[in-house]
Amino acid sequence: MGNRKKKIEISHLKVSYDQKQALNDISLDIYENEILAIIGPAQSGKTTLLKVINRTIEFVPGAKVEGTVKIDGENVRGMKSVYELRRRIGMVFPLPVGLPLSIYDNVAFAPRTAGMSRRAELDELVEKCLRQAALWDEVKDRLDSLGTRLSGGQQQRLTIARALSHQPEILCLDEFSIAVDPVTTMRIEDVLKELRLQITIILVTNLVQQARRLADRTAFLLNGDLIEIDSNEVIFSGSPANKITYDYVSGIFG
Amino acid sequence: MARQQDANIVNSNPHLPGPDTGSFQNPASRNAILFTETPLARRKRLAENMAKGLFLLMTLLIVIPLILIVFYLFYKASPVLSLDFLLTNPARGMRAGGIWAAFLGTIYLVLISLLVSAPIGVLAAVYLNEYARDNWLTRIINLAVVNLAGVPSIVHALFGVGAFVLFARMGRSILAASLTLAIMTLPVIIAATKEALGAVPMAFREACWNVGATRWQTIRRIVLPNSISGILTGIILQVSRAAGETAPIMFTGAVFYKAISEGDIFAYGLFDQCMALSMHLFTISTQVPNVPEAIPYGTAVVLLGTVLLVNLLAIALRVYLRSRKKW
Repeated sequence: MGNRKKKIEISHLKVSYDQKQALNDISLDIYENEILAIIGPAQSGKTTLLKVINRTIEFVPGAKVEGTVKIDGENVRGMKSVYELRRRIGMVFPLPVGLPLSIYDNVAFAPRTAGMSRRAELDELVEKCLRQAALWDEVKDRLDSLGTRLSGGQQQRLTIARALSHQPEILCLDEFSIAVDPVTTMRIEDVLKELRLQITIILVTNLVQQARRLADRTAFLLNGDLIEIDSNEVIFSGSPANKITYDYVSGIFG
Repeated sequence: MARQQDANIVNSNPHLPGPDTGSFQNPASRNAILFTETPLARRKRLAENMAKGLFLLMTLLIVIPLILIVFYLFYKASPVLSLDFLLTNPARGMRAGGIWAAFLGTIYLVLISLLVSAPIGVLAAVYLNEYARDNWLTRIINLAVVNLAGVPSIVHALFGVGAFVLFARMGRSILAASLTLAIMTLPVIIAATKEALGAVPMAFREACWNVGATRWQTIRRIVLPNSISGILTGIILQVSRAAGETAPIMFTGAVFYKAISEGDIFAYGLFDQCMALSMHLFTISTQVPNVPEAIPYGTAVVLLGTVLLVNLLAIALRVYLRSRKKW
């Protein structure tokens, strides 16, 4: 693991909202083509970390960021085009958001904003993304109906399809399985395992078992501190470096 | 109850009418016993009915006078109402003829003022709601907008005299009066547009930003299509205000009497003075003696009818756009 290429390097990252500290001096590296799980209770700064990576933190009033986040060695804050950066990262947040457009347009939205307009290319891409999100079979006959009319679980898969539609190098999933039934969750997890061959995946999850099943490495955040990050063999071995980590993953607290 | 069940068991063939089966198979009669109204339920039901009745009464209190006013106006105006009344100029010192000059003047004023205020207002609201950061400057601007919306129209008139008639040397003209009306309607259009934009859920915007859409792409593809019905409603409601106000145009461009060529919709130029329905109604009912009673009422009917027509258009447009709303 040690000599693999670093995709994201986070060093001494501190984030505060007004007076409240959300992340205290976090440093961690994320390797190419791995699934990194981030676990931790509420208010531990997991979502904040994702927002710093794609710079949507800039939309949060009162947020202050110190430290650096580098993707492929390039500081995200120094990047010329923030839109280019966001296109390299797919984001899925816990509550599904179907845009008030047709199912097709929901998925084609991102490629279109990036300038893709040929119908054949779009058709192919939309189908590919919907298949990857395990939604294609359910919606292939009604691509023109509204995305907002889908059920919660379907909308969440639509959100995942949209996050894949701009062919990101990094996919961030924040509690994606909250609104999805267990069977579909397993199907999406299978997709993630395949996707890992091509892209880097950051998986924020409350389900310790999901982190254990899916991830190569797991990071444990607590109240804005990085308690421990290590390979799953170590974290779930029963003897991680930190006692609190052991307590959390074995269900003694949290 | 136990006795009834026993009877049913004894009567093993259900198709044979036993002595008790009738009452046993009728659930309604059992419910009547189980759900006798308690005193609390009775009070709740009475309170509910009273509240409903009160609200209905208040609603009727609004609607009835409105209907009465409209009918009274039509009744009083009936002697003069005709297409000729609309299409001829006033004659014999306002005591005869029609209201063509005033009708056309009002249409000019309303159209030009909205052509100015609607684009500026909508674009400014988009900036304030979608782009502006929350700092002291935008807070002052928002405060100013809210306060301007509450300023009496006569104050807008004085501003119009100072800014357009005198400073910009437009003189008393349709242009100066329209711009004054535009200034008057602008804050309300901004407020209504901001309201409509604010009703679009933030999650939609975030979803767009997360896939790399710019703010403008987000606004054009998601925010505006989903707020357009509210924005249009806000704009069109200002038509009635611009058409009905007398004070802002009195000193800036509207005149007591001006003859124009009848039936020609291009009869006014931008720098002409004009007549207007609201002002005409005011002058013939207060300044001119011995005007036949039907003429002011006819003028009022035309003013009301124009405004109602525009409002009906607004409602139709809104219903159409709502039907296409997507969440």
